[in-house]
Amino acid sequence: MTHDPGYNFAYLDESTKRMIRRAILKAVAIPGHQVPFGSREMPLPYGWGTGGIQVTASVLGPRDVLKVIDQGSDDTTNAVSIRAFFRRTAGVATTERTAEATIIQTRHRIPERRLTEGQILVYQVPIPEPLARLEPRIAETRRLHAMADYGLMHVKLYEDIAKHGHIATSYSYPVMVNERYLMSPSPIPAFDNPKMHMMPALQLFGAGREKRIYAVPPYTAVRSLDFEDHPFRPIRAPHRCELCGSGDTYLDEVLVDDKGGRIFVCSDTDHCQERQAMREAAE
Amino acid sequence: MSTPLMEARGLQLRFGRVAALDDVAIDIHPGEVVAIVGESGSGKTTLLRVLSGLMRPDAGAVTYRGQDVLAMPEAARRRLMRTEWGFVHQNPRDGLRLGVTAGGNIGERLMAVGARHYGNIRAEATEWLKRVEIDPARMDDIPGKFSGGMQQRLQIARVLVTRPRLVFMDEPTGGLDVSVQARLLDLIRALVADLGLAVLIVTHDIAAARLLAHRILVMRQGQVVEEGLTDRVLDDPQHAYTQLLVSSVLAA
Repeated sequence: MTHDPGYNFAYLDESTKRMIRRAILKAVAIPGHQVPFGSREMPLPYGWGTGGIQVTASVLGPRDVLKVIDQGSDDTTNAVSIRAFFRRTAGVATTERTAEATIIQTRHRIPERRLTEGQILVYQVPIPEPLARLEPRIAETRRLHAMADYGLMHVKLYEDIAKHGHIATSYSYPVMVNERYLMSPSPIPAFDNPKMHMMPALQLFGAGREKRIYAVPPYTAVRSLDFEDHPFRPIRAPHRCELCGSGDTYLDEVLVDDKGGRIFVCSDTDHCQERQAMREAAE
Repeated sequence: MSTPLMEARGLQLRFGRVAALDDVAIDIHPGEVVAIVGESGSGKTTLLRVLSGLMRPDAGAVTYRGQDVLAMPEAARRRLMRTEWGFVHQNPRDGLRLGVTAGGNIGERLMAVGARHYGNIRAEATEWLKRVEIDPARMDDIPGKFSGGMQQRLQIARVLVTRPRLVFMDEPTGGLDVSVQARLLDLIRALVADLGLAVLIVTHDIAAARLLAHRILVMRQGQVVEEGLTDRVLDDPQHAYTQLLVSSVLAA
């Protein structure tokens, strides 16, 4: 497959990609630390994955196989469009199979299938600063990171328990990376947090509007913050997937009629299809 | 006498043509309450901010338990600020997180120094609310719903929870009505004696200084014009300005 000759390979020019790669290398060297980068204007609005696309463009090679998911799904507008974008501008092969992909760009989920050493997971990040809602001054949040002064984050969790009786943060649940930097895992469900811990794949995070890149290198400790007497719990809907019967995956609630009918199905469409195929093969 | 907890020598700081601090020296000993009195603009609050490391002087030295406060890296100073030191602001809104519950406000310093057991933090917060005479049932209310006096007491609980050695207080009774002031002063006096705190308190209220302080420094135009034991300074003022200050106190 060849790419559209009207564009440089993977849309961005070579020096921009080099600049982003330098930021990525720095981010990998300091796990969890947010590295500023010169985010470019992309042909889609902020909030639609401009950060993730720039990171993907910078690490993409002609032989890579790209998968893009949006809330776990391969066939939503955002996922379809970004896949089409890279097929056109980079001519790379795309896939919906997690196992076949070398680069997976994601919005708000980590695939259920365990990722492997050759793979890179690229997250789209709206708000990279985990302390953003607690400390409005960016200069001050950077100082807090520098001093590893993270008492404030625990105040937020304390308030959750005081108000709701348990830690009610169910997505974008703050993590400590390599026991040094507090990091926002992007708005993935807390259910996915444990998958980040010691993951064999490289995890890269791109925030286009906020102009930050951060990373978790392979096999790095990622710990969800909690209290000794209120330990972290990955939360999922207490149901089975209507389609594949899975009882241990993250589920979406889907309304099926206007009479209150609803079903729960896997949010990771590829994983769900794989399980359905396996079930059919067994029958 | 014991060695001072904090020592400052030759402090100088100018704001343009105004000398806010002009060769100021001060010692604070463990367990001692020192009051700085003087009129508005005499440099009291500036001195407090310089001693607590919030502001850098143009010249002079500040040492705390043998460490040079001005040369200290920021990380070390912040650590002091959340463990061995405390700062009580005049306006409780500056010292409290108004959107965070009373319990969370008290717990913040505990969590900042590594407390990770929710139940223990709650128990400690309950204990401190009682000590500052706030009903523990209001632990999960936000301070925005508290009266001014309650907010100030909450701020004191939030600062004292980690049992600091040295507390800076900037007009802690300012802006409160008289009966509330009296209760607050009483409370501060009891806590200070109980915990053996060293306190540096800035006030323009001579009566408050007499009630709380062991020693008084009188400041005027950036200089310490008189210094001594509270009763001595207030009963037998030597400097003309101190005499004026003492004679200006209204008797009810």
